[in-house]
Amino acid sequence: MIGTLVRRLWLIPVVLVGWELLARSVANPFLPPPTLIASWMGERWFSGPLLLTDEAVDNFVPSIVRVIGSWAAAVLVGVTLGVAIGRIGRLADYVDPLVEFGRAVPPPAMLPVFLVLFAMGTQVQVATIVFGIIWPILLNSIDGARNVDRMQMETATVFGVPAHLRLFRIILPAASPKIFAGLRLSVSLALILMVISELKGSTDGIGYLLSVASNNADMPGIWAGVVVLGVLGFVLNSLFLMIERRMLGWHRGARRTA
Amino acid sequence: MTAATTPARVRRPVVTRARHGKLVRHAVGVAVFLLAWEVAARSGLLPWLPAASASLARVAGLAADPVFLGDLLSTLTAAVIGLPLAVLVAVPIGLLLGTVPVVEETTRAIVEFLRPIPSVALIPLALFFFQPEINAKVALIVYAASWPILINTLYGVRDVDPVATETLRSFGFGQAAVIWRVALPSAAPFIYTGVRLAASITLILAISVEYFVGGSGGIGAFLIQASTGIGADAMLDVVATLLWAGIVGLAVNTVLLRAERRLFRWRHL
Repeated sequence: MIGTLVRRLWLIPVVLVGWELLARSVANPFLPPPTLIASWMGERWFSGPLLLTDEAVDNFVPSIVRVIGSWAAAVLVGVTLGVAIGRIGRLADYVDPLVEFGRAVPPPAMLPVFLVLFAMGTQVQVATIVFGIIWPILLNSIDGARNVDRMQMETATVFGVPAHLRLFRIILPAASPKIFAGLRLSVSLALILMVISELKGSTDGIGYLLSVASNNADMPGIWAGVVVLGVLGFVLNSLFLMIERRMLGWHRGARRTA
Repeated sequence: MTAATTPARVRRPVVTRARHGKLVRHAVGVAVFLLAWEVAARSGLLPWLPAASASLARVAGLAADPVFLGDLLSTLTAAVIGLPLAVLVAVPIGLLLGTVPVVEETTRAIVEFLRPIPSVALIPLALFFFQPEINAKVALIVYAASWPILINTLYGVRDVDPVATETLRSFGFGQAAVIWRVALPSAAPFIYTGVRLAASITLILAISVEYFVGGSGGIGAFLIQASTGIGADAMLDVVATLLWAGIVGLAVNTVLLRAERRLFRWRHL
């Protein structure tokens, strides 16, 4: 157990020590040693009365709420719409080119529309994230709902299974591997869009801290922002994988096409 | 002979008719959307939204606008340089990780820590390390586009038929020959899918860098400048550029998908 852990993790301390030594020897302000970044983070963000300082609370919390809230909204809207479109006759054929086009637009390109509409603030982030990530969710939900096994649906109809049971017991489970394939893409994309929309159109958030640090050429601050965003990405991904494993556990080979 | 041709002759019109119906439904869907957009804009339901007709006219107008074309070219240049570089970086690393388990195990922790960092968070750093801006853009594109290619190469190499590998080995081929003759060709479709995913990432990064820097060229800079203008004209430029971005994205997707079907037709036989 400990042997495996050592074998898997030994490279990380080696890299950190190597970075520390390199940074100290070149003494380049662009490449601060990890200890300096850590002490910067400790001083600015983790020295508050309850661990976190005001600056940390005022900027981390909005970012986390925005990214999770927008993601949840996009999932709710995307899956609901997608399953409905996929199940209603040939509706999918009519909306297909529009959804394909929506997906082809590079997601950050939507940001200026919302900058014009809302100027600044949380609406910009929410709208940018939702409009950026909804396309893969929508596309996969349509696809999954459309290709439910016909035999199963007809059997359910013959046995008089009511509509809501058909939805929750047959359609959604059958479509879920496809839906989750779309959701997996959307998690990291949501984080990317949160960062870019906070860099450009916000007065708080981790992305905003990053842009302030960048304007002040505060190198440890920039590195600290990257570290925090990396940790946030790691946590969000792990949470998602946990949910996915729980909900798709029955579906063998669902993770094959990662 | 006649027995073979008859079913084909019977079947073909059915297939074309089905495709034809689908195309008609596609066209109807787009037409209804454009009409709804036009009505929503003109009736004052969405007062900020420029009408569909005006937006499409502006799309055509931008095609003759040298400033816009220069910006478009500048964004695409970064993507076109960055993507092949990402392939050159990611495929060898993926092959190495996929064929030498020790290396894969030791580096896994590093990979798992680096991969979740949202690539756009590295924009300020990249701008300090790489100057002029185009270098920062390309460096970020290479970094971000490498991940899907690397992961798909890794999966593809693991998926290689062990019988084929062992057969080559028993005929005395070395590790390099096994990789070159078996692992790489059989992983190629996976790698290609990774490249296709990476292509859309290149545009995300290019546009994000242009936003951040502002006023230095590229569709991103064009969009930001348009959005700081005043009144309905600002929105018209923004929407038309957005449509252009979608057209470019769609064209890239379509070309890559077509090429995929053609290149790997043997795989579906």
